[in-house]
Amino acid sequence: MAATNPGMATLKPRAARSPAGKAWRQMRTPLVYLIPAALIMALVTFYPLAFQVWMSFTDYGVIKEEGKQTLNRFGPDGQPPPNYRPAQNVGFKNYSDILTNEPRFVAKLGGTFNFWRLLGFNLWWTFSNVAFHVALGILIAVLLNVEGLWGRKIYRALYILPMVLPNIVIATVWRNMFDDQYGAINQLLGIFTGGPVNIRWFNQIEPPIPGVPLPLSYYAMLIANIWLGWPFMTIVATGALQSIPKEMYEAAAIDGATGSQQFWNITLPLLRPAMVPAAMVGIVTTFNLFHIIYFMSGGGPLGQTEIMVTQAFKLVNTQQLFGVAAAFSVIIALVLIPIFLITNRISRATESYDV
Amino acid sequence: MSSVATTTATRTRKGSTAAGRQLKWWQQLLFQALCLFIAATVLFPIMWIVSMSLDPRNIARPTELRLIPPGASLDAYRAVLDRPTANPVTFTELALNSLKLAGGVALFALLIGVSAAYAFSRFKFPGRQYMMIAVLAITVLPAVATIAPLFALLNGIRVSSSLLSIALLIAAALVIGFGLMIIVPALRTGTASGGTYAVGGVALLLSLALIYTAFAPAPGDVFVLRNSLLGVGIAMISGALPFAIWNLKGYLDTIPRELEEAAIIDGASPNQIFFQIVLPLAVPALAVTGFLSFAGGWTEFFLSWQFLTNPRDFTLAMALYNMTGQYAGSVPWSRFAAFSILVSLPVAIVYLLLQRYIVGGLTLGGVKG
Repeated sequence: MAATNPGMATLKPRAARSPAGKAWRQMRTPLVYLIPAALIMALVTFYPLAFQVWMSFTDYGVIKEEGKQTLNRFGPDGQPPPNYRPAQNVGFKNYSDILTNEPRFVAKLGGTFNFWRLLGFNLWWTFSNVAFHVALGILIAVLLNVEGLWGRKIYRALYILPMVLPNIVIATVWRNMFDDQYGAINQLLGIFTGGPVNIRWFNQIEPPIPGVPLPLSYYAMLIANIWLGWPFMTIVATGALQSIPKEMYEAAAIDGATGSQQFWNITLPLLRPAMVPAAMVGIVTTFNLFHIIYFMSGGGPLGQTEIMVTQAFKLVNTQQLFGVAAAFSVIIALVLIPIFLITNRISRATESYDV
Repeated sequence: MSSVATTTATRTRKGSTAAGRQLKWWQQLLFQALCLFIAATVLFPIMWIVSMSLDPRNIARPTELRLIPPGASLDAYRAVLDRPTANPVTFTELALNSLKLAGGVALFALLIGVSAAYAFSRFKFPGRQYMMIAVLAITVLPAVATIAPLFALLNGIRVSSSLLSIALLIAAALVIGFGLMIIVPALRTGTASGGTYAVGGVALLLSLALIYTAFAPAPGDVFVLRNSLLGVGIAMISGALPFAIWNLKGYLDTIPRELEEAAIIDGASPNQIFFQIVLPLAVPALAVTGFLSFAGGWTEFFLSWQFLTNPRDFTLAMALYNMTGQYAGSVPWSRFAAFSILVSLPVAIVYLLLQRYIVGGLTLGGVKG
């Protein structure tokens, strides 16, 4: 395969002798480059995913009511332990338990599980966070782009800090900052109000805004995640802002456009091609943002701030219901597929705008 | 960027509402106030944690808000380096485990991923679109959602330690062979470049690590793949490899093809083009992708938390979780603060150094379908 380079997109293949031979010559070189990754992914990515689908139709895991487990087929002596039994097919039971909030199933999970509330909260969590990230990101980028602003470089360097810290550290630090007794946030509020403040950020069950069914811990995590998320959007927006030619603003000014007209009619439309894909990345990331939820509220109070991925992890880690967790993960994939397709569609649609 | 701004600013006339003029004093004041306020919100948590870690009183729980501590001491750091959690492990051991995990996964994903990324970026072949969609779709799936099958499958792999050592040695031999395959022809034709040596060095390191692991003393007679760093690493590859492929493909797409086209005209084979032209040009991309995989592995939490039971294998992220929230118990917050800073520092410094390339890549991955 050394002398010819049949697959090279830039070169025309030599005169094709037969369609099959042509396809093979086209395939040969890329195939060699793909094989290592394809083998590994087949083994550690696609096979587990297929296994997951099978698991989702079984009672794989620890079956408390029978005192049995399906996980360890071999004990320390190499023999099956007495509490082992093979996983049994249960059909669509895992799925129906989840989707209909079957009472016995919900009781097994601690009594607060409600799939549709969980899904709704997850979507709202994603939407509200990304909206703040994009809006703040654009506004701060525009602010930093004002000419003649002193210390721009210093601010730009400072504002990137939330991005460079590991998510897990950010989540644990904010968890302690919102602590009801020793947290910095309550102490800061205390300085402003002049008295001790003891807001129970993660434990108060009643929603702080009457009529809006969102607990206080949602707002605490929203604040933490806004802190975490806007710098990325600012960087994307700054890059796009700097590619907008100044002449456009000059021409608009000559035509008598005000500052806000320029913002709405020049800045925003020209930021769109860069911001839409970035927002899509943000949506997928935030939808699956495990660390903030798991380390800050842990899904509480009463499971009100649980999202899909933290629930999936608890099903494995706490309840050891692997079959249910597998079904849950399949449902997560089914929710993500439309989001993914829309992302893919939109980012391709914007490609034509791309310089 | 400011130089660009000043050159265009010379062309703008005074009094126009466009950007590129002196700000009025009250505008400057207003904008400065805004910028300082934002800087304060950004710095507040960082200042809080830094001041707590340096507090000489070695506080269990902070009872007052004090951003600048009276005096400073490194007691908390000392305590944390010695024994961060209730488990009898030092910080170095935790960090070493995290390093093995993150470094191994990043190296492996790069080594395997770059050739696949090259195939996707430069060749047209039947099924290319579907394969790319499959890879991209996996990167969208959350890693947590594959934990159940990975646990079950890896938990089922139990071998005696000697068998495992043999398997590891075979793997090391394969890696060495692979490295030689790349380096020897390049040396023979006298076209070895920095990229070739980098690949050779990576292969050498990886094989040494494998050989080391093969001869390391095993905990028991039966080796459960799930309950080992190797098992966690394999589970992490499941998500890290597609990410690396996709990220590298995005970068390779931006490398101009003129050099390769010239090489084709000179009669270079695809292999020569890959090893002697594309790989050297892709070194920054490899560095960034490798770093992003590394940063992910350095603080990987849920797989290690679910898989590992032996304190000898515990990682930094697990220890951090042990110091927070319901598990915190009596761990003083000054230690928690010092520990978080020690965990963040290496990643944060490299991130800042590679910042420009990383940001470019992140947006690139989103734009190119």
